[in-house]
Amino acid sequence: MINKEVAISVKNIHKNFILPQHKNTSLKQAAVNIVRKNGITTQKVLDGVSFDIYKGEFFGIVGRNGSGKSTLLKLMAGVYAPTSGSIEINGGLTPFIELGVGFNAELSGRDNVFLNGALLGYTRKQMETMYDEIVDFAELEEHMDKKLKNYSSGMQVRLAFSIAIKAKNDILIFDEVLAVGDEAFQRKCMDVFYNYRRSDQTVILVTHSMDTVVQLCTRGLMLENGKITTIGSVEKVAEAYQRSNDEDENAATVKEDEKPIQKNLKVSGLKKRYVTGEVLKVTLEWPEEYDVRWAGIAVIGSNNEYIFGSDAGKDLFHGQSTEHSVILNLFPGKYYLTATVKNADLENIETASKLAEFTIR
Amino acid sequence: MKYLHTRNRAILSEMIRTDFKVRYQGSVLGYLWAILKPLFMFAVLYILFVYIAPIGKGIPHYGISLLLGIVFWNFFSEATMIGATSVVAHGELIRKISIPRYLVVLASSASAMINLSLSMIVVLIFAIFNGVYPSMSWLFIPIVIFELYIFALGVAFALSALYVKFRDITYIWEVFLQAGFYVSMVLVPMVAVPERLRSWFFINPIVQILQDTRALLIPTVKNITIWNSVENIAIRTAPFIIVLIVCVFGFYYFKSRSKYFAEEV
Repeated sequence: MINKEVAISVKNIHKNFILPQHKNTSLKQAAVNIVRKNGITTQKVLDGVSFDIYKGEFFGIVGRNGSGKSTLLKLMAGVYAPTSGSIEINGGLTPFIELGVGFNAELSGRDNVFLNGALLGYTRKQMETMYDEIVDFAELEEHMDKKLKNYSSGMQVRLAFSIAIKAKNDILIFDEVLAVGDEAFQRKCMDVFYNYRRSDQTVILVTHSMDTVVQLCTRGLMLENGKITTIGSVEKVAEAYQRSNDEDENAATVKEDEKPIQKNLKVSGLKKRYVTGEVLKVTLEWPEEYDVRWAGIAVIGSNNEYIFGSDAGKDLFHGQSTEHSVILNLFPGKYYLTATVKNADLENIETASKLAEFTIR
Repeated sequence: MKYLHTRNRAILSEMIRTDFKVRYQGSVLGYLWAILKPLFMFAVLYILFVYIAPIGKGIPHYGISLLLGIVFWNFFSEATMIGATSVVAHGELIRKISIPRYLVVLASSASAMINLSLSMIVVLIFAIFNGVYPSMSWLFIPIVIFELYIFALGVAFALSALYVKFRDITYIWEVFLQAGFYVSMVLVPMVAVPERLRSWFFINPIVQILQDTRALLIPTVKNITIWNSVENIAIRTAPFIIVLIVCVFGFYYFKSRSKYFAEEV
């Protein structure tokens, strides 16, 4: 790493946002505020951030919401000016902070391609040679003469992404651009990024998906409250990010424990985290005094909707317990487990709703 | 540097193109409105000041002078008003991409310039029908238009940067424009102004610009200009110095504020 050429050097960057208690958006307010100094809150968004990104790196930046990632990106792209510190950029940089910047809903898809292309640094002539490829990639051949406002949101991002990947420069910046379109389109997008990686293109990527970071990035950093908490290998960064998420989750669970919950039904063997497609295997136990003839678990979504379940009759019992296993064909997110046991008349003896939770990622 | 140059030009031309396409979208007459608007205003004012309150009666080619005044004034108010809101109107862009900020102001003034060019064609056609014959002096009109453009641009730069912080600015400027219309000799001919007051009117660059253009457009008639009516050298140079100061100060102020636009807009 030491011998490599530096692409971006961020040196002790501080960025404060000054948030007036009452924003001076009119002269009268401004005049009033001169007289009696209104309270000003300074929000430190970035607090002494320094790092180097080398040429050919695929650099990931992760962090929870509000950690300062986007501000950092905007500073590197030159959208914001730092409060103090400096950023040195070695080479050209395409500052594509977001997809579809400058898109105009009143223009046709075709016109928007040229407009967006200009913002990427292409002349009309250059765009004309690339136009067919862009439309092809976006799979929008028959929609290009429609106005953008008549596009579905999926179509809009597909078009935007297809233009964005045409950007050629020493350094490319992308902010959360991978969650685009359906699965097939996402695979195409990933291919583009793999190509960047293979061809040693310098890329800076901000994302919440640790899978993406681990798969694509060569190095990364994690921001927390405007400071770098971890920098280095992607595994280290992904782990730090996961840990920081867990801490929050644990804090939330402790709170829930304080509520009175039904203690008679017990579920064991549940992990905190699964990936899509993994098998969830739990044992459901109940007290001896229950005359249970039917026992079941259900997976509940975060909006309290029943997703699927598993049940068992008496022949599958092991004394006061049953084993349940379900395949988790679920989208990433938070889910709950609810357990119910019934008697011979199939009346509920006890229902323990949301007695445990887990996440899919 | 070369790259930056072509890139900015490409952005500018796409922004102007977008504006051109979007502005009159959904209207049946489309871009014709750019010409019809000053023509309707002209018709109203012409009837008013030739037949009802006959200020312009008996003044040769008063109609052409009036039309030119309306067209110029329209340009000035359009370029400054749309320019003033341009940074805020393109806030989405400014928050997300680091294109040079002055491009949005330039694009808005360029759109006003396109309107002015189209209107000028109409003015020239009117002039010919009115018995004003094309003359070599017409070739100098673009120079005066350039002065008008620079002046409007300087104002637009200053206002657009102010507007980011103070949204009252457009209202204040609207009042300014309304008052300015009456003291800028758009409809009142210069001969109607008492001689001792004329030099004061000429401090206003719009008056100097309008009178010079009228003299160039209609060379057969003696038009009162700053050159043939003002002796005082300070007043003679005043409009040009004002244009220069407004332009330099406007751009400098814009430049100094522009790095905070992304946060403030």
